[in-house]
Amino acid sequence: MSLTLLNVIVAVVIAIAFAAANAAYLVWAERRGAARIQRRPGPNINGPFGLLQPPLDGIKLMTKQLMIPGGADKILFMVAPVLAMAPAIMSFVTIPFSKGIAAHNMEIGVLMIFAFASMGAMAILFAGWGSRNKYSVMASVRAVSQNVSYEIPMLITAITVVMVNGSMDLKAISLAQAGGFWHWNIFPSLHSPLMPISFIIFFICSLAETNRAPFDLGEAESELVAGFHTEYGSMGFGLFFMGEYANIVIGASLTTILFLGGWDCPFGMFPGVWWFLLKIYLLIATFIWIRWTFPRTTIYGLLNLSWKILIPISLFNLLLTAGLLKVF
Amino acid sequence: MNPSMAITEAPGLFTADGLTGLIFLVMMAVTLIGGIISCCAERLVRAVAGLIVCFIGVAALYYFLNSPFVAMMQMLIYVGAVCITIAFAIMLAAPEESKKNGPAGPLSGPLGFITAGLVTIGLIVMAMRAKFTSLPKVSDGTMKEMGIQLLTSYSMVFELISIVLLIAIIGALVIARAGRSK
Repeated sequence: MSLTLLNVIVAVVIAIAFAAANAAYLVWAERRGAARIQRRPGPNINGPFGLLQPPLDGIKLMTKQLMIPGGADKILFMVAPVLAMAPAIMSFVTIPFSKGIAAHNMEIGVLMIFAFASMGAMAILFAGWGSRNKYSVMASVRAVSQNVSYEIPMLITAITVVMVNGSMDLKAISLAQAGGFWHWNIFPSLHSPLMPISFIIFFICSLAETNRAPFDLGEAESELVAGFHTEYGSMGFGLFFMGEYANIVIGASLTTILFLGGWDCPFGMFPGVWWFLLKIYLLIATFIWIRWTFPRTTIYGLLNLSWKILIPISLFNLLLTAGLLKVF
Repeated sequence: MNPSMAITEAPGLFTADGLTGLIFLVMMAVTLIGGIISCCAERLVRAVAGLIVCFIGVAALYYFLNSPFVAMMQMLIYVGAVCITIAFAIMLAAPEESKKNGPAGPLSGPLGFITAGLVTIGLIVMAMRAKFTSLPKVSDGTMKEMGIQLLTSYSMVFELISIVLLIAIIGALVIARAGRSK
């Protein structure tokens, strides 16, 4: 067994562990954050600050019986939760946490993350269809149309950043922004004066792509019980939850790398992986804050926002950037 | 694994090359199984699921043929866009569990098997008789090289394909518009 193969295996195991640990503890962070915003204590009984809650929840979910509703499409019903979690783990393989910490740095990192993220809609679709429940089917139709329509502005914005930096390599994009916060892509530059708007579009799209409130129409509990995972119990439900949080970590990591300079420190001090972690956790905290602050939009408002506002702006931004890159 | 290297003897299973070869064979099997599921499924949604398995297998084959860019585009476009669109269309058009029905075509049953067998035998004979020569490398498969090739040597093909897609979109819009006025 060659050393490179061993390296890859170790790195992939670490990536899986990171994804799972984050997924588990972000559930805790979300519940504590929700509680703080709603002025109640939240889970605080098990362990200090309730930190033992996620493993206990996991044990509870695993000991429960896995129920498959009658008339459901058994294979699709069982495959869907796995499909929700697996692509998220795959994407972790290419994310560079620091100059030397990446499982497998690829030349086409941005493309790879989008390729695997696009499979997430499949999981929702199969879950909704396989459950054979009218609420689930409606939820999956909504979630898929939402995912498809927000993928477009997200990809266009990502292409703008790729054009400015001249690479799809996540590491190269991070390195191009090194040397203080004024080099970060979020600030307007000569080639792309609309970068702050790109950042806002990308952030909104990553909220929508991960089915987070105010865009969580796939599981609108006031209308659709629990949406596409109505029929799921036990660890099937657990996997959907973990997949959602793993996707949030990926969205935050991608936003950090594309716009916030990756592991670059704002003032050129203490370089290291912690800057990257600090940035992604601040973004995730913003995700949680937004979820418990804004009410849910309607499906029409959601689709109009994408097709009538975000896509035209991002297309204009793409053309403007291309023109400026050609001129200067 | 270097594809231009002539393999004189089979590598051991637990070397890097051996494992790569094993994964390659598994992915070939995945592609075939996906295709078979897609053809034999009674429910349309399962046929789409089989198609996805098949596409993922094909993407993996591209990856092993040293073109990760094509592999990722296969994932993004075929799995992420085409299959989702098909599944979406099925959900909107046939909300009931739609099974294949209606009279089978003239090529069903024994005739179909004979046709498939003849095509397979023909392909095998062709493959056995053909002399495989190694062509010079067009590009090294990196994105930059590929972009340059697409916009210089192959710009005509590139533009024609986009025109085909444009026609498809316009056609779909025309059909949808006619349906709306009824």
